[in-house]
Amino acid sequence: MTHLPTGPRARPSTFDLVNGALMLLVLIVTVYPFLNVLAIALNQSQDTVRGGITVFPRHPTLDNFRAIFAYGNIPQAFFISVARTVIGTVLSLGACAMVAYVLSRRDFLGRGLLSRFLAITLYVSGGLIPGFLLIRDLHLMNTFWVYILPTLINAFNIFMIRSYMDELPVELQESARIDGANDLVIFVRIILPLCAPVLATVALFIAVGQWNSWFDTYLYNSSSPQLSTLQFELMKILQSTQSGADAMHSSELKTQQITPDSIKMAITIITITPILVVYPFLQRYFVAGMTLGAVKG
Amino acid sequence: MHSSGLSPAARSRAEPRRRPRLLKRAHEQRYLLAMSLPFVALVFVFNYVPIWGWLMAFQRYRPGRPFFEQQWVGLKNFTDLFQDETFYLALKNTLGMSVLGLILGFTLPIIFALLLNEMRAGLFKRTVQTVSYLPHFVSWVVVAGLVYKMLSTDGGPINQLIAHFGGPPVQFMAHSNYFWGVVVLSDLWKEIGWNTIIYLAVMTAIEPALYEAARVDGAGRWQLMRHITLPGISRVVIILFVLSIGHLTAIGFEKQLLLSNPVVKDSALVLDLYALQNGIGMNKFSFGTAIGVVNSLVGLALLFGANAFFRRKTGDSII
Repeated sequence: MTHLPTGPRARPSTFDLVNGALMLLVLIVTVYPFLNVLAIALNQSQDTVRGGITVFPRHPTLDNFRAIFAYGNIPQAFFISVARTVIGTVLSLGACAMVAYVLSRRDFLGRGLLSRFLAITLYVSGGLIPGFLLIRDLHLMNTFWVYILPTLINAFNIFMIRSYMDELPVELQESARIDGANDLVIFVRIILPLCAPVLATVALFIAVGQWNSWFDTYLYNSSSPQLSTLQFELMKILQSTQSGADAMHSSELKTQQITPDSIKMAITIITITPILVVYPFLQRYFVAGMTLGAVKG
Repeated sequence: MHSSGLSPAARSRAEPRRRPRLLKRAHEQRYLLAMSLPFVALVFVFNYVPIWGWLMAFQRYRPGRPFFEQQWVGLKNFTDLFQDETFYLALKNTLGMSVLGLILGFTLPIIFALLLNEMRAGLFKRTVQTVSYLPHFVSWVVVAGLVYKMLSTDGGPINQLIAHFGGPPVQFMAHSNYFWGVVVLSDLWKEIGWNTIIYLAVMTAIEPALYEAARVDGAGRWQLMRHITLPGISRVVIILFVLSIGHLTAIGFEKQLLLSNPVVKDSALVLDLYALQNGIGMNKFSFGTAIGVVNSLVGLALLFGANAFFRRKTGDSII
């Protein structure tokens, strides 16, 4: 990556300038939509209708956000989204790490079998409709657990954690065993703390997946409004205004002088904020994790 | 009976010992077994049982009956499918969007990675990288909302740009001809940064001495890129290319479902959406499963075809 002459004396060539300009363009194209949405969400609703909002709000206000939290199902959906993300991430990370640890033990008697059993799921899946019928037959429809159970075990995450565990020195486990620790104690006390970087990466993947998921709500829980998620509510609002059936013009909004557009933008901001908050902290982990996978593979 | 070379007495001594040894090992590893067996059961239920559900494609599945008491209809669902014009529309849309997506979504991340690699390490470079990964983590629901906002005719920046140069406003989301482009470009916007991570990682692993030696020989920037960086990443490029050919028909339905509207629905219908609408929307479970099966088989055929082609060219197999 650093094969170019660096140092203070190297003057930027035409190539550097063109390249820099291109990269700046990529930066703007990526960031502008987010800034625009943020500006509209923070701008007075009636004023936004006049148009011309770019990256700064013209009449800053938090009214749109206040309106959301009084609007329909949004507070409950926010709670469910947080709950599924927290519970789903903790359980799935714990389960995947546990299976990864068992797989990392070279002396485990079912090692080859378990490994193949998991790898097959990466390539073959039953598809949409058999999956749907299974969930229905298991009576998981209209339950919270439909968010957690089907994706609890993920072979890709397991293999990622396992390859990290494989690099840990075996001697640590051996000395713990001499001290009388059993496999579960070794896993919790010794292995897990050492795996913090890879666990952070996998936790980010699981959490983002849970937070962003809307299709399972659509498919399995759409007749249980109390189990709705933020993404699904956003999706319903977007779809209803796009198809012209303006369900958003309910009386609760009219009294507050808030337009559907402002509500959409405010919910969008609520939906992406948690990701923006954790992203900078976890960024270096996932880049390192993906890099390791790439160089090895 | 073949003699194993052991005397009967020795065999009788050896055999009963083998099973207790396995049991003994299982007992020693009881914690490991307890830590994995519940999850094996879970994977079996959620990942293996649905594969069994493929058999439904050969039945006339009616809910409420046990699996084996369903009526078997042979290939009827498939012959129905191949006679349905909508299937060919869905196939065309699926392949159209995925081939377009493959052409842009595959080449542009490589070019972007090459350009990033040519930048001097610094705050600006790190910012570009960090920001370019970000859309990958945002849901398609949000991206669809952003796309609608950016392309709208009242105040959308794209139409403002068009107006600035004196053009008439374009209703991007209300024209079937634009739909494929909108899907492919928004996918590109979302994933281009993420897809560069792997190439940048491989570029970092290229031996710096190669660059130095070439530079001593008088190689310029383009020559370094063409003769060292590109060959350095070519293996990964080929692997990823073959894998993405295998995924051509597995483009899912998320983008199409979220970005479509009644006006453009004929351009948005992809195979997975077609299966969803028939299978779950109209309770034609067996027909929907048949669509899924055909989709998977086309994908597998493409994957093996691409792999065979590259094995003949490079003598190297990917799968």
